[in-house]
Amino acid sequence: MISYLIRRLLYSVPIALGVSLMIFMLVHLAPGDPISAIAPADAPPDVVERLRVDYGYDKPLPIQFGLWLGRAVTGDLGNSVASGQPVAAEVMSAVGNTILLSLCAAVFGFTLGAVLGFVAGYKQGRAMDKIATAIAVAGISVPHYWLGMVLVIVFSVQLNALPAVGMGPGGSNDWAWDWLHMRHLILPAITLAVIPIGIVMRTTRSAVAEILNQEFVQALRAKGLSERHVLGHVIRNVAPTVLAVMGLQLGYLLGGSILIETVFSWPGTGFLLNTAIFRRDIPMLQGTILVLALFFVFLNVVVDLIQTAVDPRIKRA
Amino acid sequence: MGTMRRLMTAAAVTAALMAPELASAQGTLRIGMTLADIPLTTGQTDQGGEGQRFMGYTVYDALVNWDLTSADKASDLVPGLATEWAVDASDKTKWIFKLRQGAKFHDGSEFKAPAVVWNLDKLLNDKSPQYDPKQAAQGRSRIPAVASYKAVDDYTLEVTTKEPDAFLPYQLSWILISSPAHWETVGKDWVKFAEKPSGTGPWQLVSWTARERAEMLPFKDYWDKTRVPKLDKLILVPVPEAATRTSALRSGQVDWIEAPAPDAIPSLKQAGYAITSNGYPHNWTWHLSRAEGSPWNDIRIRKAANLAVDRDGLSELLGGMMVPAKGHVLPGSQWFGKPSFDITYDPDAAKALLAEAGYGPDKPVTVKVLISASGSGQMQPLPMNEYIQQTLGEVGIKVEFEVVEWNTMVNLWRAGAKSDQVKGANAINFTYFIQDPFTAFIRHLDSRLTAPNGTNWGWYNDPEMDALFTKAKNTFEPAEQAKVLQQVHEKFVDDALFLYVTHDVAPRAMSSKVKGFVQAQNWYQNFSSITVE
Repeated sequence: MISYLIRRLLYSVPIALGVSLMIFMLVHLAPGDPISAIAPADAPPDVVERLRVDYGYDKPLPIQFGLWLGRAVTGDLGNSVASGQPVAAEVMSAVGNTILLSLCAAVFGFTLGAVLGFVAGYKQGRAMDKIATAIAVAGISVPHYWLGMVLVIVFSVQLNALPAVGMGPGGSNDWAWDWLHMRHLILPAITLAVIPIGIVMRTTRSAVAEILNQEFVQALRAKGLSERHVLGHVIRNVAPTVLAVMGLQLGYLLGGSILIETVFSWPGTGFLLNTAIFRRDIPMLQGTILVLALFFVFLNVVVDLIQTAVDPRIKRA
Repeated sequence: MGTMRRLMTAAAVTAALMAPELASAQGTLRIGMTLADIPLTTGQTDQGGEGQRFMGYTVYDALVNWDLTSADKASDLVPGLATEWAVDASDKTKWIFKLRQGAKFHDGSEFKAPAVVWNLDKLLNDKSPQYDPKQAAQGRSRIPAVASYKAVDDYTLEVTTKEPDAFLPYQLSWILISSPAHWETVGKDWVKFAEKPSGTGPWQLVSWTARERAEMLPFKDYWDKTRVPKLDKLILVPVPEAATRTSALRSGQVDWIEAPAPDAIPSLKQAGYAITSNGYPHNWTWHLSRAEGSPWNDIRIRKAANLAVDRDGLSELLGGMMVPAKGHVLPGSQWFGKPSFDITYDPDAAKALLAEAGYGPDKPVTVKVLISASGSGQMQPLPMNEYIQQTLGEVGIKVEFEVVEWNTMVNLWRAGAKSDQVKGANAINFTYFIQDPFTAFIRHLDSRLTAPNGTNWGWYNDPEMDALFTKAKNTFEPAEQAKVLQQVHEKFVDDALFLYVTHDVAPRAMSSKVKGFVQAQNWYQNFSSITVE
């Protein structure tokens, strides 16, 4: 198990390298460069050229990449071209905000999705199943940024019950687990949870339906086990599949949603990426995406480990 | 009793749910900006006019400030940290600025002439320890005339220009003065300075979080007692999404939003929010190519296009949030003059001009225009351009578009009309900041400023115009200078050098609790007179 863990963690090195290189190339392929984004539009060419030198964008791309990589391995992701602040600090603070939002969305979405899916799978073909399936289809089909805007119009604008933007009256710096702050979480978390609800629900439903049709369930019932105990066995058999999907979904959630974080001005990684893209803030883009990619790899390892713990038949040698 | 308690609890929970976000403290103004991030806080701001509006003229002063007190008259220069200035009578490249005595930085240090030298070095002298590439990026290009500078004594500054340039005061209005003493205190580190900056402006930035908020308190020792803020606190919140901004206002999270979407304005008005707007030095034009082969080289086509745009119809499209263009600058501008060509909607006259040039609805002249889907100051570029396409099409000008992303557009604007990058486009819909003579006129049409030396995008070249520019630059008496600039503007209009469409009016929506705001005809605004009930 330990060697498996080490091997998995080592795999993340080439992945991180590949991601960094890919992102580096993509941001340089996009039209406009960081200097055109920060210099006033009518800055004369000598000023723009001077800036290019000041920021090191006059060097050939492989050298720029090498320099960046050299610093990144020491944990220095450079400074934002736009704000001048250290990228690492900005990314970590944004990651913290996104984790908060996505964990809330995950708890809500996964619980609801799993419960609905279980009920639907257990009561296959019945009214409950149809209702739950309708919710799942709606969850997957409705554009979530649109839903976010509708929720804002209803709960913020019309009812004036919940705030429309931000992370609390004083921003993310003074976050506290009190109502004044937590009410800022409700609308974005619900909006963000809509897709996972649909996906988890569908996965759970089909897994439950499949397990229920297996012979061992009939055998358990034939043995005279109570329905509660039978369901316990079903849950244990369904868990690995559902957990794998939840793990992936959690990964997506933790990646931050550009659309939802922008709609709610939530200062997470999605909002950070959005701002960085528009301002061609290459160090910020690279740093954020690298951190997110590593996060995703790490999360997959964790999910694998949990799966093994839940279902010992899955061997990780 | 139990039921009663439950009912009371339920009522309390309901009340808490319905409570608006953080009931405003008396005298706190929360503004939802269109920016996605807090502008640079160290002095020279980034993110265009809005950055300067909120983080520039609030926290800092320039030697020469803008008059932001009146909504009715065009805004002009007023003394800032300099009380008076004059060019040397015998050497027109030498300027003397008398500096304000008693002005203090937020850190308590006193403003003196060496601080100005230090600040100019911060932008222009890369050998100086305080040289800051970030601020240089924003400020360097604003003071092209400056050759050298020195402190004559504590309150006298001498600036030498590369050639006689009467626009120096306008150029210096861009340069914001940060505190050298505070920079020393924070360990000569601009990143630390940015965290808690120090200027001489009416507002003191006390805290900020990137992409979230900035908080400012009044600076009670501000030198201009008429501009000591009345509010207790000013909070800036970046909300780039227009619909979210409107929701933030309507849910009471902010008291004021910049640029509400035009379609949200009627419902905001109906809900009791005040909408303020005013013309300001902004124009929305098509900058025309005068390169060889461009159809716009024919003045009849240029005039026909200007007569074919139904600006009233466009105004309806924008909910009235525009000033129809009568020229390059606003009709009330001190530089408007008396152009003879009346820019109006007259499709018959347009058709006649086109017929004279050999075109008409049956034989249209084709033009290709670079437009962007969004962008700083571009208003609603897609529907507006489509509307113009339609009205020009009716008289016989067939319009094709090349739609590009905003950052690309900036590069294409710098590249100029002769560049292959523009893919044969012969006009560009690039909106302009036109607050001073250089940004309003010279940079667009001076023949020495074609690519790569500047942004005369269309390669316009007219010795008569160049001579007028030179004359304006050499006219140091303000009233006389304005007269020359009027001649410049008359030529802009009479020769129909752009397709003039509209000026933005900077709509803002605010809660009825906000009082005392005067929307100046300027990109910047004064927040000192405001109170919140």
